[in-house]
Amino acid sequence: MNELVRHPTGLVGSVLLSLVAIAVILGPFLAPFDPQAFHPAVRLAGPSGTHWLGTDQFGRDILSRLLTGAGPTVLFGVGATALGVLAGSIIGVTAAVAGGWVDSVIMRTLDGLLAVPDLLFTLLIVTILGGGIGEAMLAVAVAFTPGMARIARSSVLSIRTREYVLAAIARDESRAYIIVQEVIPNAIGPIVVEATIRVSFAIMIGATLGFLGLGAQPPSTEWGLMVAEARQYMYRSPWVVAVPGLAIAVAALGFNLFGDALRDAFDPRRRR
Amino acid sequence: MSPAYFLRRLLAVALVLWIVTIAVFAITMVLPGNAAIMILGEYATPDQVAAMEIRLGLNRPAAIQYLEWLFNLLQGDFGMSLRLSLPVSDVVGSAFRNSALLAATALVAVTVVAVPVGMLTAVKRGTKADLGISLVAYVGTAMPEFVTATLLLVIFAAPGNPLLPAGGFIPPGESVAGFFNHVILPAGALGLILTAHIARQVRSEMSDVLASDYIRAARLKGLRERRVIWGHALPNSLAPAVAVISLDIGYLLGGIIVVEEIFAWPGLGRLLILALENRDLPVIQAITLLLAMVYALSNLLSDLVIAALDPRVRYE
Repeated sequence: MNELVRHPTGLVGSVLLSLVAIAVILGPFLAPFDPQAFHPAVRLAGPSGTHWLGTDQFGRDILSRLLTGAGPTVLFGVGATALGVLAGSIIGVTAAVAGGWVDSVIMRTLDGLLAVPDLLFTLLIVTILGGGIGEAMLAVAVAFTPGMARIARSSVLSIRTREYVLAAIARDESRAYIIVQEVIPNAIGPIVVEATIRVSFAIMIGATLGFLGLGAQPPSTEWGLMVAEARQYMYRSPWVVAVPGLAIAVAALGFNLFGDALRDAFDPRRRR
Repeated sequence: MSPAYFLRRLLAVALVLWIVTIAVFAITMVLPGNAAIMILGEYATPDQVAAMEIRLGLNRPAAIQYLEWLFNLLQGDFGMSLRLSLPVSDVVGSAFRNSALLAATALVAVTVVAVPVGMLTAVKRGTKADLGISLVAYVGTAMPEFVTATLLLVIFAAPGNPLLPAGGFIPPGESVAGFFNHVILPAGALGLILTAHIARQVRSEMSDVLASDYIRAARLKGLRERRVIWGHALPNSLAPAVAVISLDIGYLLGGIIVVEEIFAWPGLGRLLILALENRDLPVIQAITLLLAMVYALSNLLSDLVIAALDPRVRYE
């Protein structure tokens, strides 16, 4: 943990993630106004003492909407990634452990799926499932599964021939013991690093789906949807799109930096 | 490079594309909506729908439909657009050209900016310039295209006295200046995140190279710094740079969907969103396949370039 905060990237990443976590957990309680309350007298007002980040086209307080929107925006990314990592790890570990034709069939299928860009894949699945935040989350998870499966597989394969695994085989331990006790704990590092960085992509894709009207639906305060709803007023009042847009960037940046710092901490060669 | 290596890579790409056809067909089979109802309209009677399904061959087993579809694909026949009643190849052809113009412009701009910036920051590692650029690059990788696009519009295309048009497309054959005028903002929105990502990756690769033994040897030999960088470090970090750029093409192809929608660019992305809204299956299939094909072929091309640049991978 010391290693994590010593680097400037790790420090900034940890600070940003803490801010995001506070917004997710305490956001609804910290919000000074009801995020859905209309204040017609102050429509599209700039930042002021009462409304720190200004108001939107209905006079709703942008800071309050931002704080309550942190949950749907960020938890979307975390949830989608967690599901994708879980499914991907199961597939990847299965392929690596099974080997032979099972491995070949799984890997070739994954190669094919990886040739479809993530966003396109997600759009196709959302169209099958129908729009909505749960469906969008599942779609991102499915789109992430092939990439995570490849990483899990290569991680397991590189560990399978290490001395401690060979020692366990020599001790005549059971297959299940070797996988659960020796391989998985050592394979988990690269998977966690990749997952952390992917959360930032998942947040960005989720916000993009919200923006396209295929993710979170009104009156949700999801940040991508906030940008989409405010777009027609953007020339008159730039902050209505800039504030949620930059909030997405801050959340994504936090996970990105933290993931990079984690990778450096796991990989002694990269500590400089 | 050896012909065997080339042939093996080509076969691998063909295999990937075949798997993509299965995936695309499977996905479009489970998409909600029925082609027969799409053609006849919502008020069709069940008898009419059944008759149309037989005419379209939708009542046959999925495997037969897939084989027929694949056979037609191989002859360049993508079917008819359900929405526009035109051959899909006509609809998709011009959109593909427009998207390619946008993507190529963005990619050239990104490469020209990102690779030198990445190398420069690696050489100037730890200076204020490096920290500043690295910070901007980090923020850049965290901005989704729709946010960048919206902010660019606010800054450069605000009504009153816009510096650049807020959207639309002029073919370069009609007016080169007009084309560039219209392509700057979408290409910028598409390119920012890639520029940031590629610059960061190139910086990290170049830093590894600069810390390697042969660079130390070159320095100890008394070579001038300029020669160490241009003669030794640069050629050795080109192959990883090509690899990073080719992997990012997948991201670029996803990005055009959103950017084209925002800037009203008449390309594949915009067509795809329209087709998804209308459940225009043949168009969705064609676009997905085309994008996957472009990505797979660009990866092949980059593998070949890397093999040409780096003798170690040739006989793997």
